[in-house]
Amino acid sequence: MQKQAIFQSKLLPYVLVAPQLAVVLIFFYWPALQAVIQSFLLQDAFGLSSNFVWFDNYIELFKDPAYFASIIRTFFFSFAIAVSSLSFALLLAVMADKPLRGSTLYRTLLIWPYAVAPPVVGVLWIFMLHPSLGVLARYLRGAGIDWNPLLNGDQAAALIILAAAWKQISYNFLFFLAGLQAIPKSVFEAAAIDGARPMRRFWTVTFPLLSPTIFFLLVVNIVYAFFDTFGIIDTMTRGGPGTSTVTLVYKVYSDGLLGGNLGSSAAQSVILMVMVIVLTGIQFRFVERKVTY
Amino acid sequence: MALRHFGAAAAFAVTVGMTASPALAVTEIQWWHAMTGANNDVIVKLANDFNASQSDFKVIPTYKGNYADTMNAGIAAFRAGNAPHIMQVFEVGTATMMAATGAVKPVYKLMADAGEKFDPKNYLSAITGYYSTSKGEMLSFPFNSSSTVMWVNLDELKKANVEIPKTWPETFEAAKKLHDNGHPTCGFSGSWITWVNLEQLSAWHNVPLASKANGLDGFDTVLEFNGPLQVKHLEKLVELQKDKTYDYAGRTNTGEGRFTSGECAIYLTSSAFFGNVKAQAKFAFNAVPMPYYPDVKGAPQNSIIGGASLWVMGGKSADEYKGVAKFLTFLSDTDRQVYIHKASGYLPITKAAYEKAKAEGFYKDQPYLETPLLELTNKEPTENSRGLRLGNMVQLRDVWSEEIEQALAGKKTAKQALDAAVERGNAMLRQFEKTAVK
Repeated sequence: MQKQAIFQSKLLPYVLVAPQLAVVLIFFYWPALQAVIQSFLLQDAFGLSSNFVWFDNYIELFKDPAYFASIIRTFFFSFAIAVSSLSFALLLAVMADKPLRGSTLYRTLLIWPYAVAPPVVGVLWIFMLHPSLGVLARYLRGAGIDWNPLLNGDQAAALIILAAAWKQISYNFLFFLAGLQAIPKSVFEAAAIDGARPMRRFWTVTFPLLSPTIFFLLVVNIVYAFFDTFGIIDTMTRGGPGTSTVTLVYKVYSDGLLGGNLGSSAAQSVILMVMVIVLTGIQFRFVERKVTY
Repeated sequence: MALRHFGAAAAFAVTVGMTASPALAVTEIQWWHAMTGANNDVIVKLANDFNASQSDFKVIPTYKGNYADTMNAGIAAFRAGNAPHIMQVFEVGTATMMAATGAVKPVYKLMADAGEKFDPKNYLSAITGYYSTSKGEMLSFPFNSSSTVMWVNLDELKKANVEIPKTWPETFEAAKKLHDNGHPTCGFSGSWITWVNLEQLSAWHNVPLASKANGLDGFDTVLEFNGPLQVKHLEKLVELQKDKTYDYAGRTNTGEGRFTSGECAIYLTSSAFFGNVKAQAKFAFNAVPMPYYPDVKGAPQNSIIGGASLWVMGGKSADEYKGVAKFLTFLSDTDRQVYIHKASGYLPITKAAYEKAKAEGFYKDQPYLETPLLELTNKEPTENSRGLRLGNMVQLRDVWSEEIEQALAGKKTAKQALDAAVERGNAMLRQFEKTAVK
């Protein structure tokens, strides 16, 4: 009943919302619209000549088997990165949650890698695993393993997944630790009194109570794997060997910025945008149902 | 009263304005480049010297990141309407720049318009050929040029009792001996896989890489590097990769450390590698000409260049262009070219500068700095060895590398890989042709 009384003027709420709306329009909708327009154009790098070509850029893409391969690759990478970094972070968080001496110190140490920028992560792993520069690579080769991610596509893919997952572990760890600490101890005690062993306690008590955190992190990790791994790929493999580490985002970059093919690059970003919208929709519609808040 | 005060103030303002105007008349010339370290110092020194030599113009050099970053920054700035006056563009960006009629001011036109003395014949044709039209009109100004050479670790060669190889069969032989004598992970290797093993290989043997004089005569060029010579060469690399007599070291120059560390005793890469070799190598070294196949008639021909040139951007005032032209004349000066050559290791671009460095006995101490020049000037350039001008070259090279990597990994035969590289490359060239300004 009192709702109307809060704003005397009809204009005021709009004025208050306007800055936020402006930011969203200018920084989200305007560039997205530009990408859509650009995707219908065929333009040279300098923007001197430009032809309206309708859906040619999209048609070219869908005729290209390499593009489909890169879609599948991206999904595989995202899945592998999300699963490995989530499960490892959860393991670390469960262990760090125990009352141990010096826990603040190693909790801090575990969080540090998150502050490292993706390209730096790439360089860091290169110094360890590059066949000619890497310290670890020397041991691997010494042990008789033919380690050469410059030629072996599977090894290169594993390297990217490893580096990308490693970087995300800290972030996941932080949320898992907070999630674990938010679970009341009395629940565990009750389960323990009922005779549940640690593993059973974890799967029946901890895991379900952590599900909102897991769901949130799953969304964040997939978005991360889709978009933020670009820097890692660029510094580590530049998409090679062959095309075995070209993900969708990396292709947008290499076609658009390196190749100067802005039309195709824009079409790819539009497809990517649609894909992420659909993916997020699916996650919230179906996965969220399994989450107990 | 008030009015009189106003008049006095106005008079004062006018006087100040007039005294200040000579300072404002200095025309600023923006120069974007991609040079770091010692080469950045060279650029800064050149700009400072030019600025001190006259009072009408001021060249302001700005570092814009690596070659690709600099070019992208320049293109973005052009789209936003504030391009620099001079932009350093690496050789693979040449076709993109050339296709941008209206976005650039060709150097030969610039010099003529500004009335600067300029004779393209004074410059080394092997270098300017890359940046000129088929009519010999210079489109951009060569700045830092290099070429592919074969770096050899003389100590290791001696230890394995190997002579410096001159031909490819000799190189394979030498690599096998090195492989069996203390170099199990690398008999020989090289950087820039496509530049060395496709582009230079073709020019060095007077074989076309693409039709229309490798694209110099038009954008409707078709790739042709899946011929017998290139296939044979790649087949050999694939065979030697199996036991690491040859070991692939990546698409760019990240593998160069394998030479300076002593892992690879024979390494093909740019002559511009000299700074690092000199600083890091703890062994006797030299850079010798690229090997050739003796059964190819007329081989070796001449090599083609790498490095970058200076492009003058379009849409500037006549006064600004005058300054740019004066600066290019300043750079062409013989003593200055000798200085750039000695300080950076890049090639001198004028004949006079080369002669002068030679007369000074410079190459007696540093023979490896003459090797690329000897390669470039080995023979008069032909249709196949004047240079390359292919659109989207950065991306093309990635596609070619992808295919070569698949051959080296044993997933495709050499012929299949090169056929695929040609086919995919041609599709990209057609795409480029569609967008190029006619």
